[in-house]
Amino acid sequence: MNQKPLIVSLSPHVFSGLSIEKSMYAVIIALVPALAVSVYVFGLGALYLTFLAVSSCIALEFVIQKYLMKVPVRALDGSAALTGMLLAFNLPANLPWWMVLIGSFVAIAVAKMSFGGLGNNIFNPALVGRVFLLISFPVAMTTWPKAFAYRCLSHVDGKTAATPLMTLKEGLLNGQTIEQISAKLPDYGQLFLGQIGGSLGEISAAALLLGGLFLLWKKIISWHIPVSMIGTVFVFSGILWLIDPLKYVHPLFHILSGGVMLGAIYMATDYVSSPMTHKGMLIYGCLIGALTVIIRVFGAYPEGVSFAILVMNAFVPLINRYCKPHRFGE
Amino acid sequence: MFGKKVKTFPQGGIHPEDKKFSDHKQIVDLPLPATVYIPCSQHIGAPAVPVVQPGDKVLVGQLIAQRQGFISANVHSSVSGTVKKMVELPDPEGWKKPSFEIEVSGDEWLDGIDRSPELNMDITATPDEIRAKVTAAGIVGLGGATFPADIKLSIPPGKSAEFLIINGVECEPYLTSDHRLMLEKAEEIIVGIRIALKALGLKKALVGVEANTPDAIEQLKKFSNPYPEIEIVALKVWYPQGGERQLVKALTNREIPPPPRGLPIDVGCVVFNVATCFSIYEAVQKNKPLIDRVVTVTGDSVKDPSNFRVRIGTPIRALIDAAGGLPEDTAKVIRGSVMMGKAIPDISIPITKGAGGIVIIPENEAKRKQKQVCIRCAKCVSVCPLGMEPYLLMTLVEQGRLDEAELEKITNCCECGCCSFTCPSNRPLLDYIRYGKASVLQRMKARQQK
Repeated sequence: MNQKPLIVSLSPHVFSGLSIEKSMYAVIIALVPALAVSVYVFGLGALYLTFLAVSSCIALEFVIQKYLMKVPVRALDGSAALTGMLLAFNLPANLPWWMVLIGSFVAIAVAKMSFGGLGNNIFNPALVGRVFLLISFPVAMTTWPKAFAYRCLSHVDGKTAATPLMTLKEGLLNGQTIEQISAKLPDYGQLFLGQIGGSLGEISAAALLLGGLFLLWKKIISWHIPVSMIGTVFVFSGILWLIDPLKYVHPLFHILSGGVMLGAIYMATDYVSSPMTHKGMLIYGCLIGALTVIIRVFGAYPEGVSFAILVMNAFVPLINRYCKPHRFGE
Repeated sequence: MFGKKVKTFPQGGIHPEDKKFSDHKQIVDLPLPATVYIPCSQHIGAPAVPVVQPGDKVLVGQLIAQRQGFISANVHSSVSGTVKKMVELPDPEGWKKPSFEIEVSGDEWLDGIDRSPELNMDITATPDEIRAKVTAAGIVGLGGATFPADIKLSIPPGKSAEFLIINGVECEPYLTSDHRLMLEKAEEIIVGIRIALKALGLKKALVGVEANTPDAIEQLKKFSNPYPEIEIVALKVWYPQGGERQLVKALTNREIPPPPRGLPIDVGCVVFNVATCFSIYEAVQKNKPLIDRVVTVTGDSVKDPSNFRVRIGTPIRALIDAAGGLPEDTAKVIRGSVMMGKAIPDISIPITKGAGGIVIIPENEAKRKQKQVCIRCAKCVSVCPLGMEPYLLMTLVEQGRLDEAELEKITNCCECGCCSFTCPSNRPLLDYIRYGKASVLQRMKARQQK
């Protein structure tokens, strides 16, 4: 029998079939419910802004890979699209288009490609882009469209509103107690479903949790970072609340408002900039949670998730060095 | 999640898609081939020394190569016929090893071998007689490691054992040879386990079987019922549970210290495969040396996936022909199975004592995908059953930083392949780790000699 030469290779001979593309697009799919809520609450502008961020990130990555780095172009592997999507999710839905482009540029060109591209960036690119915009354009970045403002033709109420966290911070700075402020705050149902002002993609805890469950089921992320981060925010703010419920808000408000859900499930779990071992992930998640509460309660900014994650990104190499898995038999 | 919680090892592991195509196929005797090729070295340790010459007539079960040194195993003729000549044949690793070429004529067995199918349950042999018979029969670990079984049947001075661990875990995705053996020869296996218990003077045997073979578990439970010292334990289907270290951990929650020093006996365990227990039964109760074994021949495109009882030395080609022939789209033939088996360059090489399966891989699954950058997803770390960091080891080996690789315990690796299996970037993690492990072991050896 005339047989072609057999291929000889080392084991294993079967593979899981997982790929970078599959992981990245799974996260993007998981973000779709949150995007849908956002379009419902903020109108088609949210979709437009997301599309702008995603396409500009992909285009930038393409240009840099092809003309600057001269490496095989892999701009469609989903990582640039995901960065764009997460960047958009962290912006007010009515941000001017050119600011979005600046954000994309900082995220892709500065935070990702200048470190060597996918797999080599120390900091989460989307968050670098977001924080750059926040510091450069503080007014535009903290002017949030009011929920359902796109449906009101009367302009009576105005089109913008503070986020629940900003309302809380301002109230506390003016010497009000939680009881006085809480009249102005949305209830937990509204917080959970997302009928509030805020960044484009962070508003609906329910939609974000739904996507998170999908990622856990698909084993794209592990539970360690989200659970430890959300848990720490809850416990830490809960302790403060127990000490003085007039000065500190209920822990449930902390985990449902602002970027805690988005940060814990989608930003802190970013493969490249998070630790490699489960032990490390738990430490990382806990410290992000603690930093978030410290910034929110004692810092100048009403919201601290972005800063907390970026600060902890810097500690990841250290965490990797000292958190080793349990070595079998030792 | 459903029903009773089944045990497994706690750290790492994967579940490759089960493809047990042949699990309903009864074990059938493969017809005798025209010629067999029997290597002198089918085990870990010193090769056996030939005791017959070209031109000699041999019978089935006749000793043809004698063990030498402490770790070694006898080799017997698996057929009757004439020794033609000695040839150099590649073993699965690719090294050329001296082998007997024996032309088959008839099927005449050596006197004294009990070929009747009757079960012999009375163990009359003393522990020393058992060991002598196992030594004479040339039995090695049939799970794949091929460590001579007689050595494991005596507890080294200064050590003590508590458990006999029986490996009925067939965690490789394609193989069914142990499963079929447990189903069809459960009584014999139980006798084999009792023989091993007697030789070792132990009071407890734990038989680990994965939950995807409930019929085998039932069968073993039925026949082990009169013997309270034998416990059948259902385990969760989880790779690499058939690995010694994972199996001992799953059954006793003890961790064998890392190699090269650590052995199961260090945590009071002795481990045998179910197929080895069956061979021990045959050797002690039936006087039959190890001349055949059960081999699964399977693959996605194989016409008739089967379980064969095969005489040692039968060319792999004969098995493939009996399973419907080599499929058109064959690109790879694996001896063993897909997770830890070796791709062989030539299907004329023979079945040896350690080969439990032949898996044929079609073209569309044979080639690896393009390697991408590491995205630090940490999946390799979370699936490693030994708690190592494959991504880090690969980088260290790639950059030649072997000192650091040694500190990161690269030599612990059991080469199960979970890391390469799971990597979304198709990185050849295990290839680099294997290379690094071999280099580090060489260095350690050189240091010792100084």
